Amino acid sequence: MNITEANRQCLDKIQASTAVWTGIRPAHEVISGMNDYTVLHAGPPLTWKQMCGPMRGAITGACIYEGWATSPEDVDKLATDGTLLFDSSHHRHAIGPMSGIITPTMEVNVVKNEVFGIETFSTLYMGIGKVLRHGAFDDEVMTKLRWMNRELAPLLKAALQAAGGIDIKSIVAQSLQMGDELHNRNKASNALLLCSLVQHLIKVGTKEQAIRAIDFIDKAGHFILNVVMAGSKGMLDAGSGIDGSTIVTAIARNGYEAGIRVSGLGDRWFTAPAPSIDGVYFPGFGPEDANPDLGDSAITETIGLGSFSMAGAPAVVEYIGGTAQFAVETSLKMYEITVDEHQTYKLPPLNFRGAPLGIDIRRVVETGITPVINTGIACKRPGVGQIGAGLTAIPLQCFTAALEAFVHQSA
Amino acid sequence: MTDEQSPLPREVRVINIGLERFADDLRSLGVPVVQMDWRPPAGGEKKLIEILDRLTVRS
Repeated sequence: MNITEANRQCLDKIQASTAVWTGIRPAHEVISGMNDYTVLHAGPPLTWKQMCGPMRGAITGACIYEGWATSPEDVDKLATDGTLLFDSSHHRHAIGPMSGIITPTMEVNVVKNEVFGIETFSTLYMGIGKVLRHGAFDDEVMTKLRWMNRELAPLLKAALQAAGGIDIKSIVAQSLQMGDELHNRNKASNALLLCSLVQHLIKVGTKEQAIRAIDFIDKAGHFILNVVMAGSKGMLDAGSGIDGSTIVTAIARNGYEAGIRVSGLGDRWFTAPAPSIDGVYFPGFGPEDANPDLGDSAITETIGLGSFSMAGAPAVVEYIGGTAQFAVETSLKMYEITVDEHQTYKLPPLNFRGAPLGIDIRRVVETGITPVINTGIACKRPGVGQIGAGLTAIPLQCFTAALEAFVHQSA
Repeated sequence: MTDEQSPLPREVRVINIGLERFADDLRSLGVPVVQMDWRPPAGGEKKLIEILDRLTVRS
């Protein structure tokens, strides 16, 4: 099979994939190997020593939540003596924004790619600002985390059962035509998700529980992001492992490195130092407070959303900086490094052209154009949270390393 | 640029590829210029160009 045929096979699987939010389950029941002291994180694998402040803060909060520790000092000891077992969530069909920490008893979204029988998992979205994924773990954060796992998750699980699952691919397609790009702008998609959920939440919970859940999902603003991320991963996982394919199937960052995976190169990561972010800061913060790029949410760009679909989301520039024209130009540029257009995700301002899909490492290296990512900015000090949002680009080095590995493998 | 000064027979319109400085100079003389966004493949790195050529054969 030549490269063109291998890429076609990869992309046909991605295009045919579905994403249905089927449930919410404790991580240890659905994610492989989630034994005690297992800690999954965003991005490529890394050591405790390499982890940035927000990731360490989030792990501290998660260990306290699990009852493995009561203080940051306890957690540092558990990490340095090898008790904590770290792994990339990507290795277990899981995913999470920013630090993306998942521990065994945390409730996770379950999203199914029904065509290929792939289940993927993600953390529950906690809101903006001072939250666990940004490394915050004070009493307020821990109280919210416990409420989400003990009240919200069971309620959502029952609501999803009553609904028979919710078609996330359909919501993504609709919201792209309503001004979202599904990474930093989720105004329409979050509302559409709530519309699908609300009658079931009222049916399965008490009035007070339903009101709390509806209010939380509404105010969180991006609650759907984590579900879309799991759905996107399930689609891209379907296209993984095609021998001879040069299509990128994952982009992720851990605050220390950015990494990519390529369909024809198995489970290997090709990494480079995590880039900084060019963005707009919340009042009182600036670039000196920013952590290098962090999180698995670049899976949205990998499937053609986020910056790749910015042409359809001009209002997102108010959040991340730039102009409406810049949003269009960014999407157009991404067509230069992709080899397909999404058959379901369409962009109205580009005459309903399909979103750019299928990043080809050959095109990235040839053009020198690297994938642009719409992203949040985490404060480098744990416990502070999100301090802005902006744009970054995945380093070219990841793609040149992958290309060299590809040609070496096929020699 | 007047017709008398120009070595070329009539009005010139330019597409510039490569260094933008050439386009800037022409613009300063009132010549209409379009700057083409072009870079040599793989930033001109010979090793990467050879790899891309080898893979093109396999496409």
